[in-house]
Amino acid sequence: MVRSGTLILNVAARLLLPLQLMFSLFLLLRGHDEPGGGFIAGLVAAGAFALYLFAHGRRAMSEMLKVSPRDLVGMGLLLGVISTLPAWWNGDPFFTAQWWTIPIIDFKASTPLIFDIGVYLVVLGSVLTAITALVKTDHEDNAQG
Amino acid sequence: MQLAVLGGFVLAAFAPLLHHWFGARTPLVMALFPAGMALWLLGQWPAIAAGEVLLLEWGWVPGLDITLTFLIDGLALVFSLLITVIGALVLVYAGEYLRGHRDLPRFLVIITAFMMSMLGLVLADNLVTLFVFWELTSITSYLLIGFDHTSLAARKAALQGLFVTAGGGLALLAGFAMLGVAGDSWSLVELNAQGDLLRNHELYTPLLICVLLGAFTKSAQFPFHFWLPNAMAAPTPVSAYLHSATMVKAGVYLLARLHPSLGGTETWVITLSLIGALTMATGAFLAIQHTNIKKLLAYSTIMALGTLTMLLGIGTEGALVAFTAFLLAHSLYKGALFMVAGILDHETGTKDVTAMGGLRRVMPMTAAVAFVAALSLAGLPPMLGFLGKELMFESVLGASDYRFVILLLAFTAAFLTLAVAAIVALRPFLGTLRETPKVPHEAPLGMLAGPALLAALSLLTGLAPGMLDGLVGATTASLGATDSNVHLALWHGFNLPLLLSLLSLALGALAFRHWDRLRARLAKLEPVMARGPEAGYEAMMQGLVSVAGWQTRMLQNGYIRNYLVMTLLVLLGLVGHALFIRHSPRFDLGLDVYFHEAIVAGLIIAGAVAACVMRSRLAAVAAVGVMGFSIALTFVLFSAPDLAITQLLVETLTVILLVLVLFRLPRFATLSTPLERLRDLVIATLTGGMITLLMLSVLAGERLPRISDYMVANSQPLGHGHNIVNVILVDFRALDTLGEMFVLALAAIGVYAMLRFHAEEYDTRRSSASPEKHDG
Repeated sequence: MVRSGTLILNVAARLLLPLQLMFSLFLLLRGHDEPGGGFIAGLVAAGAFALYLFAHGRRAMSEMLKVSPRDLVGMGLLLGVISTLPAWWNGDPFFTAQWWTIPIIDFKASTPLIFDIGVYLVVLGSVLTAITALVKTDHEDNAQG
Repeated sequence: MQLAVLGGFVLAAFAPLLHHWFGARTPLVMALFPAGMALWLLGQWPAIAAGEVLLLEWGWVPGLDITLTFLIDGLALVFSLLITVIGALVLVYAGEYLRGHRDLPRFLVIITAFMMSMLGLVLADNLVTLFVFWELTSITSYLLIGFDHTSLAARKAALQGLFVTAGGGLALLAGFAMLGVAGDSWSLVELNAQGDLLRNHELYTPLLICVLLGAFTKSAQFPFHFWLPNAMAAPTPVSAYLHSATMVKAGVYLLARLHPSLGGTETWVITLSLIGALTMATGAFLAIQHTNIKKLLAYSTIMALGTLTMLLGIGTEGALVAFTAFLLAHSLYKGALFMVAGILDHETGTKDVTAMGGLRRVMPMTAAVAFVAALSLAGLPPMLGFLGKELMFESVLGASDYRFVILLLAFTAAFLTLAVAAIVALRPFLGTLRETPKVPHEAPLGMLAGPALLAALSLLTGLAPGMLDGLVGATTASLGATDSNVHLALWHGFNLPLLLSLLSLALGALAFRHWDRLRARLAKLEPVMARGPEAGYEAMMQGLVSVAGWQTRMLQNGYIRNYLVMTLLVLLGLVGHALFIRHSPRFDLGLDVYFHEAIVAGLIIAGAVAACVMRSRLAAVAAVGVMGFSIALTFVLFSAPDLAITQLLVETLTVILLVLVLFRLPRFATLSTPLERLRDLVIATLTGGMITLLMLSVLAGERLPRISDYMVANSQPLGHGHNIVNVILVDFRALDTLGEMFVLALAAIGVYAMLRFHAEEYDTRRSSASPEKHDG
């Protein structure tokens, strides 16, 4: 049922997608100190892909995304679980946050960040799974423009 | 040791890869692992036998007092040696038994995982850890019984075994919880040090019942014995290992382990000795009715498990020695006999002992091994089994309660077991050679090595029982005996136990001679037997399925409005109870509301009302949107930017999803009667009103120290972040978030499955008009 959009929507979606994705990454990375975080960032990214899907169709979006949304969910869960392991290695209780500072760029890497990326992927994957499933069931998949 | 056990699980996962490299030799390579563990354990023997107790500490979840600490004392050493030694032999044996089998790698994965679970079970010092390993053995056992997954009987038997043992596991969990509360510790060492306190605790009776349920189901005690013979659907290496030597002894192990803290009371003594004796007699009695060699052995295993339980019930120092000796003897001979049964099945193609005969000519080695092992089963000198049986009789004669009943049951079991031993060891090998589905040959070395070694050990330990003195003494010490100086000897002089043995020998020989006639007589009891505990299990399962069906039809009827009504009513009931009965609602309606706040609140209300009365879906969606954005505005006004952003984004995505769904919905129609709408209105109003009242009460109530104070204070120093919401989500409450992630993932998969499979079903139905197949 999703038909290719108008010219304006097509162009706008193309231009907006990288901006929105960059914004979502920005939200993700600053989330620990400023409003943002994996959940919100994941929703922003999902919105970006949804817009692209409306403008260019499901197939174009899948090609843009490269991986299946369901795989994103799996990767997110895996990252979430992996982020618990460094604590175990250090002999701390399960899920104790570990922090490392990467010297030159003065960037603080941490297991909460890894965990947040996991949240991001799960949210993005889940929303896109639902959206693409809804679109896919439309039998006339004449979406590509 | 902990690393070795955990490493074993990793090794299990790599079995398919190893199989890729080593091919048919993989089981041999993997057997090196338990063999190495067995060597390490043997190295601990002298110290343990001298009375030392090894406590290998290892934290796990310190916040909850859950440790992975391993406790190696006499009892644990006996069990872990049995597990590793027989485990290594079974792996070698299975390599031959399943040679060329398509699923050999899968088998290796599961059996290695089982081996490690079982080791963890007998070594764990912590109740929670023990329980985790306990459940792991149930699950791996399920997978192994159902190994031949294309056979309906195997799947059914696997499920039955799982239901019975996991059902008992639930009771055990409750029992452990009570035990932990009563003893104020999860550590077995600490619990066993305060036996008197536990025995006089008010929770003693309920916790004992729960623990016994767990142990009895696992160890196939009457009336839960029926799952074990059915479990013989598993490949023979599994039967030899899990269902005779190790897993079914887990229940007995638990009883032995808790003997110092729970044992000795009147309830314990009477329950255990009577149930144990009853199980003994039932097992032996049912055994001689079967001609399937594996069933024969399975029922005699039940008899042995009953013996062990009974001895723990009697609980005298002599009985504890008998327990240990019998445990060792049984694991050795039963493991050997099961492997022999596997050889016979493998070589002749039948499991029916009446269809075999004269095999001693073609399989002399197997015959010799079977004969030696069966001698131990029969309890004849000079085997370890004889020693175990003599000690057993001696303990029964020393029992304090119901001595005569127990003696009668034990004696019946003993002479019937003798007949079983003769059937298994003599029937297939003597007489004239019979025609069998396959032409029998002597078994390959890999299959003979295991049973031969176990049978040789039975003989060796029988001839020189002195070598076990230290180990048996240490084991009785961990069972709570004060005097750990034990001297085992084959010859006890002419006494009552010997007389009983001679008598049982005569009766057993008689039963063997007239076995065929005996079986025909017993076959007439079939209608009575059909009403046994297994019929009860079947009836219960039927009932369970129909209740599940009924409540699914009631609750899961597929109408979202009914789900909502149900959920809200439960919420009303529970919250209402807490609010009105347990606390009294109170509030002060100090109305200091700013003008703009009132407008936002008005917008929310207007949106909600509009969404309810709109007759067009699009308008209703828009109204809900107004409500959502107004709520986001509230968040902004009360400075919660994270929540506001989230709310806005969720609203946006909701609109997208709704647009996608809108097309597929049927035309707007009024499906409910005015009365139903009135009912819904009442429920909605009550719920809304109550939540409002709840919030007001919370705000007006006394100020308890708030959790958020801690969060605010520690967000930066502990979480290294200024955004408290995010620090809570990914650090302080990360475990909750992880749970939420899985919920979200499940929801997405659910949506996907519902939409995709519904569409596919639709497609296939349209393309082929074939009737749907129902898979029972």
